[in-house]
Amino acid sequence: MSAAAEAGVWRFALVGTPNSGKTALFNALTGKRQKVANYPGVTVERKTGTMRTPCGHGVDIVDLPGTYSLRARSPDEEITRDVVLGRLESETPPDLLMCVADATNLRLSLRLVLELKRVGRPMLLVLNMFDIARQRGIEIDTGKMSAELGIPVVTAIAVRRGGTCDLLTRLDELASRKLGERQENTWQPPSSAELRAAQRRADAIFRASVHMPSKPDTLTTRLDAVLLHPVAGLVILFAILFVMFQAVFTWAQPAMDLIEAGFNALGVLAHNVLPAGLLQSFVENGVISGVGTVVQFLPQILILFLFILILEDLGYMARAAFLMDRIMGGAGLHGRAFIPLLSSFACAIPGIMATRVIDHRRDRLTTILVAPLMTCSARIPVYTLIVGAFVPAKTVFGGFSLQGLVMFGLYAVGIMSALGVSFLFKQFFWRDGPSPPFMLEMPDYKVPQPKSVLIGLWTRAKAFLTRAGTTIFSMMVVVWFVASFPRAPAGASGPAIDYSLAAWIGRLIHPILAPIGFNWQISVALIPGMAAREVAVAALGTVYSISGGDDAAPQIGHVLAGQWSLATALAFLAWYIFAPQCASTLAVIRRETGSWKWMAVTFGYMFALAYVAAFATYHIAVTLGAG
Amino acid sequence: MFLENPPVAAQASSPLGCAQLGFRGRIHAIRVTDGTSGLTPEELESRLIELGFVEGAAVEILHEGAIGRDPIAVRVDSATIALRRREAMAIFVVE
Repeated sequence: MSAAAEAGVWRFALVGTPNSGKTALFNALTGKRQKVANYPGVTVERKTGTMRTPCGHGVDIVDLPGTYSLRARSPDEEITRDVVLGRLESETPPDLLMCVADATNLRLSLRLVLELKRVGRPMLLVLNMFDIARQRGIEIDTGKMSAELGIPVVTAIAVRRGGTCDLLTRLDELASRKLGERQENTWQPPSSAELRAAQRRADAIFRASVHMPSKPDTLTTRLDAVLLHPVAGLVILFAILFVMFQAVFTWAQPAMDLIEAGFNALGVLAHNVLPAGLLQSFVENGVISGVGTVVQFLPQILILFLFILILEDLGYMARAAFLMDRIMGGAGLHGRAFIPLLSSFACAIPGIMATRVIDHRRDRLTTILVAPLMTCSARIPVYTLIVGAFVPAKTVFGGFSLQGLVMFGLYAVGIMSALGVSFLFKQFFWRDGPSPPFMLEMPDYKVPQPKSVLIGLWTRAKAFLTRAGTTIFSMMVVVWFVASFPRAPAGASGPAIDYSLAAWIGRLIHPILAPIGFNWQISVALIPGMAAREVAVAALGTVYSISGGDDAAPQIGHVLAGQWSLATALAFLAWYIFAPQCASTLAVIRRETGSWKWMAVTFGYMFALAYVAAFATYHIAVTLGAG
Repeated sequence: MFLENPPVAAQASSPLGCAQLGFRGRIHAIRVTDGTSGLTPEELESRLIELGFVEGAAVEILHEGAIGRDPIAVRVDSATIALRRREAMAIFVVE
């Protein structure tokens, strides 16, 4: 008996195929009593929650990643396998496997149930989305199905209030009879012959207990006729992306300004309350402004995830992957890489974390390696500053703003280079045979549930803020230290940063950066820029001893326009398209790939690209007379 | 146990990977030859079965991509599966 069971709390594990509505059921059962963490050593999300049965029995539920089989093929599926088999040391083995199936699409789930039965743990099959099944005229004889499978079968409608009543009552019934004893585990990775036999058996059970109407879901069929149309489908996909980017950059602005103003006010407060000196500088410049610059991006990340969550719940993401597969395949990327790369426009960190859906390691690595090339929102402050200062605000080609075109060009170069780099990786590193397959189930369209979208957003926001509060915070402390020590001697005339470790490092690396047109001030600014790219803007301000930090961006621009040549400015922009310096991205790459090697590879190739691009830009510009 | 395929003449079957948009038929056999995909034949066969491609299942090609008419979206009994034509070459179908 597990410790949890002795204490009177059961442990249930939710298992099911992708798109079975497992997470909706998890949300319905546990509501806000959820916790998201990571399994030790891997970055697979561990989602747990608690609930009570009507008779008051406490239950801990763990929501396992969706899978078609226990023959784990990705890190996510390995977790499902190990938890179900009770192999994971950190995890109490579940007392009951709650297998969730989409009542409108049972064939594949029934085979999974047959496979799970071999594990020997007490089981229960929940037929979710029962309302949709009934609406479509699907008749299911649950008694017969239960008899054939040899486990209890319950229906549920996770998305409706009270839709889990039957399930809860059933759990109490089970409780009165005890959950049943654990039997011997006879599970072994099935061979293809065994899988085939099991699917045959599942199909026989399906035919015996389910009556399907002849016509499939007509709404999905009609929508797909347009949304998967080779031409119209792509046009709609790009239109959705366009609206999404507009939203990310325009809707987020007021909220971002508000957060920035809040942190500035907090900084002023700290400045006034604390006595001048080290502590004041640490709190004001190290903690508040450092964390503030990063937290500022929360609105953009939330809006991006709002779109992604809605599109995912709708069932559209699988269609987007279908439409993009061939286009991305030309560059050696997997259709499923589309979503992670899309997220990377907000920030490469959620993008890299989203690559977990890619089951093949090689495809996953390629996506992780190129994700930081997507223009993340942290580059925006840098681009805005330089473009605003050096590109004249005039219109060209009949009505296009030149500054806007340059911004667009910077984004375009980022995307092209991501495609180019993944193509080269495919050509030079992974030439061993054809690329792995793209196989994906396309679920029927469903109306997204506000509750599940909100819970999704809440977990994302929490994860982001936690990271800002830990990793990024500690990074900022280091940067502040490097930029503040040793302190300026009494009576020094230049800005304090001139005497710091950062300036020393900046001067040390200046000879390396001089050929690409960077002066020592830029070299210094790049060091704190390691924490987050946008910090370089504030750092330039500090180096050129302009007070006011971020607020003074237009002012910094003015000074830069007087001090830098156009060639240097353009080289700086070219550098920032590839700029390898973002410590948190590199840390996430190390964690996700589990090796320092891939982190080094990413840093190395991005540094090389940034250097070459800046070098070429600088020298071409100088030749053309912009030196 | 898995030999209870409906007996269909072998020469009538052709790979699903070559079928046109709108094709309707039944799966006659899953036969993976080496080099069909980036996976081992056994692994590809297992994955196809896990997605419901077993002998006797009804299939219909519902959609295809813009470039090279690839990938394809296939209705397999009650589910829709997207896959590339290269992997679909392992699925032999009869009308």
